[in-house]
Amino acid sequence: MTLSFRVNGRPVTVDVPPGRRLLDLLREDLGLTGTKEGCGEGECGACTVLVDGKPRLACLTAAIQVEGRDVLTIEGLAASGQLHPLQEAFLATAGVQCGFCTPGLILAAHALLAENPSPTADEVREYLSGNLCRCTGYEQVVEAVLRAAERRR
Amino acid sequence: MTRRSGGESDPIVGTPVPRLDAEAKVRGEARYADDLAFAGMVHVKTIRSERPHARIVRLDLSGVESAPGVVGIATVADIPGENIVPIIYRDMPLLAAGVVRYVGEPLALVAAETRDAAREAAARARVAYEDLPAVFDPRDALAHGAPPIARPDAADEGNAFNHMVIRKGDVAQGFAQADVIVEGEYEVGYQEHAYLEPQGVVAVPEDGGMTVYGTLQCPFYVQNAVANVLGLPLARVRIVQTCTGGGFGGKEDVPSHLAALAAVVAWKLRRPAKLVLDRSEDIATTSKRHPGSIRYRTGARRDGTLTAVEVEFYYNAGAYQTLSSAVLWRGLVHAPGPYRIPNVKVDAYSVATNTVPCGAFRGFGSPQVIFAHESQMDELARRLGMDPLELRAKNALRVGDETATGQVLTESVGLGACLAKAREISRWEEVQAEVAAFNRRERFKRRGVGVSTVMYGVGMGAKAPLLDKAGAYLKLEADGSVTLAVGTTEMGQGAETVLVQIAADGLGVPVGMVRVAPVDTSRVPDSGPTVASRTTTVQGMAVLDAARRLRLRIEDAVRAILGCPTFTVAGHRFCHPQDPARSVSFAEVARWMWTRNWDMGVTGWAEGKPVDWDPATGHGNAYFVYSYACHIALVEVDLLTGETRVNRFWAVHDSGRIVNPATARGQVIGGIAQGIGYALMEELPSRDGRILAPSFTSYHIPTARDVPAGIAVAFVEAPYSGGPFGAKGLGEVPLMASHAAVANAVSSATGGRLRAYPAIPERVLDLVAKGA
Ligand code: FES
Ligand code: FES
Repeated sequence: MTLSFRVNGRPVTVDVPPGRRLLDLLREDLGLTGTKEGCGEGECGACTVLVDGKPRLACLTAAIQVEGRDVLTIEGLAASGQLHPLQEAFLATAGVQCGFCTPGLILAAHALLAENPSPTADEVREYLSGNLCRCTGYEQVVEAVLRAAERRR
Repeated sequence: MTRRSGGESDPIVGTPVPRLDAEAKVRGEARYADDLAFAGMVHVKTIRSERPHARIVRLDLSGVESAPGVVGIATVADIPGENIVPIIYRDMPLLAAGVVRYVGEPLALVAAETRDAAREAAARARVAYEDLPAVFDPRDALAHGAPPIARPDAADEGNAFNHMVIRKGDVAQGFAQADVIVEGEYEVGYQEHAYLEPQGVVAVPEDGGMTVYGTLQCPFYVQNAVANVLGLPLARVRIVQTCTGGGFGGKEDVPSHLAALAAVVAWKLRRPAKLVLDRSEDIATTSKRHPGSIRYRTGARRDGTLTAVEVEFYYNAGAYQTLSSAVLWRGLVHAPGPYRIPNVKVDAYSVATNTVPCGAFRGFGSPQVIFAHESQMDELARRLGMDPLELRAKNALRVGDETATGQVLTESVGLGACLAKAREISRWEEVQAEVAAFNRRERFKRRGVGVSTVMYGVGMGAKAPLLDKAGAYLKLEADGSVTLAVGTTEMGQGAETVLVQIAADGLGVPVGMVRVAPVDTSRVPDSGPTVASRTTTVQGMAVLDAARRLRLRIEDAVRAILGCPTFTVAGHRFCHPQDPARSVSFAEVARWMWTRNWDMGVTGWAEGKPVDWDPATGHGNAYFVYSYACHIALVEVDLLTGETRVNRFWAVHDSGRIVNPATARGQVIGGIAQGIGYALMEELPSRDGRILAPSFTSYHIPTARDVPAGIAVAFVEAPYSGGPFGAKGLGEVPLMASHAAVANAVSSATGGRLRAYPAIPERVLDLVAKGA
């Protein structure tokens, strides 16, 4: 079936079989490999993208569910080339190690700051608790989100 | 050796340089294994054994071959070289031939146009087995009459893959001198690496050989395995590391097997072949931390002086050797702990069972015995009525002391400083008082503080000294920028940034001028494996060696350009000593060298300092140097639910000079999180050799809510003369220390004694009941 939606601000129209996951559509059909598959069963958050600004797990989302919607992937965050404040903050606080969780974490944090521009450290931890990271122990990730929030004020 | 004349630029080593690989990662541009695609690529799925120990009577793949989308299959008959994945021993087949020895052992391969098609086709394999008696527990495997699992040429005796010992002094006499003796048995199960990026490789037939791209730690191991199964010379096999989403040891030996599987398919079909594991296959069939049973006995005088330690431990190795002998040896050497002990007896066994082969995981055989030795120290402190930190300080190794293996420590022992600093930053006395007050006040909650101290032998050690080498190529480009090529890998730990800092400092250029080339075995020097927290130390020395050689050549050029025997340095310019107006920039020097056909490339080399070992007695200089740490954890236990939270954490490390304090801090906090998981929540049950629920749904690793905020990290830097700028290893140490501090805190809070991981609520409630 034919599917039309916007990804990173750009309209796309693609043919997808009914069962296709949004994750595969993004990674394989559209070449947006910044969205990662860590588990394929909704447990790790590595595949987090924003659909109409809300965090969604692309591994559990059928491609057809984004018909007519706006999808933001990590590639769309610095579309103009200039790093987004969240991306800059992850660099500044050493919130990136292996980086496999990073796109998902940044997009989840993006959604958090849209909902709550001045979160506390506890609120950040709570909100990001669906995004697993095996490398950092989260401290510098939380620092990055708080720093980005502060910069935006 | 040249000496930097000073003042030319600020030192880079010791500063929090932002990670060089981070920008590509935050942009989503970093390419991991599964992000690669090649024209004509097929997707490979492995057909695996469903039985723990069986003869294969018939392998019927007709349904697989005729399934939609299938391009081809591969079986043992399609292996052009030897059906062996060589690791330390040569006992593990690439594809099971005749007999399977664990659930999940590879039997055959199917390649299809899509991943889904390959998966669906693989499910159509029909295998007829004739079950053989199987054993899953090391005690059963060692019992008289147990079915033979280990290959005789890969085992010391029967199913005992290895039995290793330390004999020092006379433990009988040591225990006779003791006023107090504590004794305990400790049990730990699997720990799964849970690197966020699953295992994956792409094999591409090229130029009559094979190129494999993959997420991996040890490209030269993979090269060896692929060459062996294809029957090719090493020079026709090229391994290229992709951006690697975490390793922790899990990508040390396993990628050799996976790359060889994909390579056999690619070789047969003459097409690129991608093999990426999904999470459940990854958890169920790849290596993990060895389950262990440890019996431990410690004797001490009334004043706390240790007199004897006796340890016997068994690690469940799984069906094949893989890395178990090396893991066991590290466990052996680390079993006595970082203490002065005159009489020591250790017996270590790794045992073959019909279970998935275990392998390397951060700490490499040491966390299991550390749980035991740190529990013993606390039990001893309690019996003696001593402060646990005090008891450790009293026995802590110092410069001039002899370790349990008879090694005299000649330098860089920061353990005492770690203990003192941990006491200070945790406000040890006040924290104890606060905890006591809390426990008096609360009815249904208890807090406890726990401490642990560890030592860590840096590098491969005397078990595999031939691997403790590293090379580095440095190439000065015509514009003064610099390309660095090394054979160790970045897997998330921050090695690339640290090595660039060392190169930049050695050369006297800013970090931004140095770029690291991708790791490709055809273009980088063999630097041994990226394991054993050795990269900063051994690889760093090779980089520094190269930088110093190149610097000498640059200085020759400067003298020729300025026409004088000496020069001064200001900023990044070299100046004539008498006439500062005559000066030349680093880039101009490079250009000058290039236009005069100077050799712009250098090679650096380093080896770990000598080590030695006598396997009969366990005597020797086991490692060239040790790192140390002291961790303190404060936990809170809910007496009604048994739930445990870590509220506060303090970590002090001696890893010599810290090259990058920001990435080092991240490594420490990440290791603490993994240790919290190990002690409190990570549990992977199995029955009859089958991992029961291989998914993140039931295997829980710590989330942002499970790791306490504000972990305090401090470094005491006891410099090591054999490391670059005095650096030692760090990567594994935080995990090693953290779980034991948490375990001791749980015991202290409950008043019981935790003797098995993880401290899940049922187990904690049990402790509460017993402690009350
Ligand atoms: S890949 Fe979607 S949650 Fe893990
Ligand atoms: S940085 Fe590796 S999983 Fe988060």
